[in-house]
Amino acid sequence: MWPAWTAARRIDPPAAIPGVIVLKEFRADLHIHTCLSPCADWEMSPRRIIRRSRESGLDLIAVCDHNSSENSAAVAAEGQRAGIAVIPGLEICSREEVHLLALFGGMDQALAMQALIYAHLPGENRPEVFGDQIVANDADEVVAENPRLLIGATGLSVEQIVRDTHAMGGLCLAAHIDRPANGIIGQLGFIPPRLALDGLEVSARIPLSRAHEILPEAGSRPCLTSSDAHRLADIGRVHTRMRMAEPTFEELGRALRGEDGRGIVN
Amino acid sequence: MIVKELAEYYGLQVAAGAEGLDREVRRGYCGDLLSDVMANAPIGCVWLTVQGHQNIVAVALLREMAAVVLTGGREPESQTVARANAERMPVLIWPHSAFELAGKLYVAGVDGRPSD
Repeated sequence: MWPAWTAARRIDPPAAIPGVIVLKEFRADLHIHTCLSPCADWEMSPRRIIRRSRESGLDLIAVCDHNSSENSAAVAAEGQRAGIAVIPGLEICSREEVHLLALFGGMDQALAMQALIYAHLPGENRPEVFGDQIVANDADEVVAENPRLLIGATGLSVEQIVRDTHAMGGLCLAAHIDRPANGIIGQLGFIPPRLALDGLEVSARIPLSRAHEILPEAGSRPCLTSSDAHRLADIGRVHTRMRMAEPTFEELGRALRGEDGRGIVN
Repeated sequence: MIVKELAEYYGLQVAAGAEGLDREVRRGYCGDLLSDVMANAPIGCVWLTVQGHQNIVAVALLREMAAVVLTGGREPESQTVARANAERMPVLIWPHSAFELAGKLYVAGVDGRPSD
């Protein structure tokens, strides 16, 4: 382990020595919408999201549109060019109207989850009421409009969503648990004790350092914070500092579980 | 009025907690945000909701409710049935909207005043 000052001053340790794993701090914002979400601005296109993420000093982001992951691949492709790690995900609305973040190690798993969600998501979008749902490519061009009612609730319970996310190899976090609407505590009164969540997200309204104190309902579950950005200016307005070997989905899982020195820093 | 009389008179289906049908109905409450119900439902009320999640049983016990009524014909989840049976908390099903049943109960003298 390198002394603490290396991380605190963000000085990179010497070039990797074969067989030695060096843990560093990475800045993560794991809840970013794109122009696919009806409530998000068109400016939330793949290239602009990546550019803004880099300006904000982020190392790792997750794309979580409402009940869909159709823009994750385009953001990930642009992220790869720019050196920003991108995790594909969805912000799923359960039948109790609880918002859950489902994050995956690859596009195949994210799209498999999306197929399951689509099978349990009724209704058609009305763009004039809810907003446009734009599928974009990594050149920021419009590919299609998604006709589904992405802002709606699925017919799946929170328990089913957590189970299915895990069955597909993903991580499942309760979104913005401090918010009165669509947060798990507001909708369900308390977090079901046996619900196998991998973590809890608090919104930008609460300092992460005080999350467990302000929200005793969180218990011993790990908390992180993210921007829930619907417009460019909000990307990175808050972020979570995570100690990991590299900014990947696998390392994120280990950090949430607190394995081998990985963890949430702030 | 006890829960058994309410169920029979209005044609509610008993989905769980049949051993608790002798509970006394004092007041009424409608709500689907469980955090709100935990804070504001009157003690001893019958509670009308669309939420079938198992947390409703804990909320009902907390407010010492007479019964929970799932409106719009919604079914409780299997874990909800198991917990309601274990706690003898009646869970009833009403096929129409909460507005319809709340109106009938109010006319019959069940009011929605907060607990004293």
